Amino acid sequence: MGDKTMTADEAVARLRSGMTLGIGGWGSRRKPMALVRALLRSDVRDLTVVSYGGPDVGMLAAAGRIRKLVAAFVTLDSIPLEPHYRAARERGAIDLMEIDEAMFLWGLRAAANRLPFLPVRAGLGSDVMRVNPGLRTVTSPYGDGETFVAMPALRLDAALVHVNRADRLGNGQYLGPDPYFDDLFCEAADEAYMSCERIVDTAELTKEAAPQTLLVGRHTVTGVVEAPGGAHFTSCAPDYGRDEAAQREYATTPWPEYAERLLDSPAREGS
Amino acid sequence: MTVTRAEYCVIACAEAWRGDGEVLASPMGLIPALGARLARLTFAPDLLLTDGEAMLVRPDGTPEGWLPYRRHLEFVTGGRRHVMMGASQIDRFGNQNISCVGDWARPDRQLLGVRGAPVNTLNNPTSYWIPRHSRRVFVEKVDMVCGVGYDHAGGARFHRIPRVVSDLGVFDFATPDHSMRLASLHPGVTVADVREATSFALAVPDGVPPTREPTAEELRLVREVLDPAGARAKEVS
Repeated sequence: MGDKTMTADEAVARLRSGMTLGIGGWGSRRKPMALVRALLRSDVRDLTVVSYGGPDVGMLAAAGRIRKLVAAFVTLDSIPLEPHYRAARERGAIDLMEIDEAMFLWGLRAAANRLPFLPVRAGLGSDVMRVNPGLRTVTSPYGDGETFVAMPALRLDAALVHVNRADRLGNGQYLGPDPYFDDLFCEAADEAYMSCERIVDTAELTKEAAPQTLLVGRHTVTGVVEAPGGAHFTSCAPDYGRDEAAQREYATTPWPEYAERLLDSPAREGS
Repeated sequence: MTVTRAEYCVIACAEAWRGDGEVLASPMGLIPALGARLARLTFAPDLLLTDGEAMLVRPDGTPEGWLPYRRHLEFVTGGRRHVMMGASQIDRFGNQNISCVGDWARPDRQLLGVRGAPVNTLNNPTSYWIPRHSRRVFVEKVDMVCGVGYDHAGGARFHRIPRVVSDLGVFDFATPDHSMRLASLHPGVTVADVREATSFALAVPDGVPPTREPTAEELRLVREVLDPAGARAKEVS
């Protein structure tokens, strides 16, 4: 069986400009920040980013890498409004497909199940329909006759996720309270790159943890990157919580200065 | 000791969950969170509460269930949830905006995004909490419909906005055209105060009652158990 380990830069070298890229985690929680930083070191641009958005979106937007964003929100959680994303939107710098959290989830599920769409009871009556004129509806063929949004599949060219532990084959384990939707991002993607706090032997994964912590299956993973502190400054429970001081510094530092001085500073990784 | 405005707001929020049974109370904001826990400890003992992360918890924080986002969304679509969301703007039919101010294509102010407001309003009862009642929030027309109001819902099967609570009073949509109605005034607030702080024409019935008084036990719970540090006064002074 194949050893899929690689460095963050090697993973990002497989991405190309113009791709549709899904990014796991949620808000400022377990974001694959080491992979995002590697992406910022590369020259990949014109991305369509699909994300329950946090600083991943803020950084890529600030650096001008996003052509189009698919999202229900962008937030730093303890800082409700993501300042760099906000600035990008207010200067009209990115296209946005703004959809509801559940529509987003159904879109990923449709993609993972190779369906063109799934019906969802969300969006109708809201301005999500006005700002996404391409969205279509579907009427139940059964007696109830209810009309739903036909949420199109959010198929991804590639996905980036970060988990607590993984083996070299691409089996990924989360040890915190919430899996978010990282398994689904990988299933919805043609290629998935998974960073982790620590690579361990396969047998080690379930030595102390329950089997349902094995979130991401190797059949959905292309590359495994060992990146201690790889979600920093976002949270990665139980390995570490959010580094609020580092997040505040990110939120209050002008982007060019942050990119120059702090983005790849060694103290930022694994601290 | 006199009851503070913040405490009337806690009571008014708690009342949103009365009679809901065994459903998830999802409060957004400190005062709704105090209200949900107060309801759970008193007149709504079957309510489910969250720790705001991924667990269902008893009022003392003891975990009793698992609630990651994927299951939380199933509470929404299954209808076993009553959420109290915030609103940057809300209009007379209960349309709510938390996405942006100005033209959506290039907003004057980018806010959170629609989040789960569209799915919430079509699937489970959705109430709102507005800590600072003003003309900037209570607008004639919202810039982006996130939470769906009665005039946009088209009679959707599970659409219901039980109440809107602000620092001035409690509002509902119990009018023939489902436009917003003043349901109760927090003690110390007048109808004129509310009209002055509201951009649209509010339905005001004769003899609007005051928001109910807390019981002595409710006050004790709020002051000694739920919020001994008095953080509620920071949200509403």
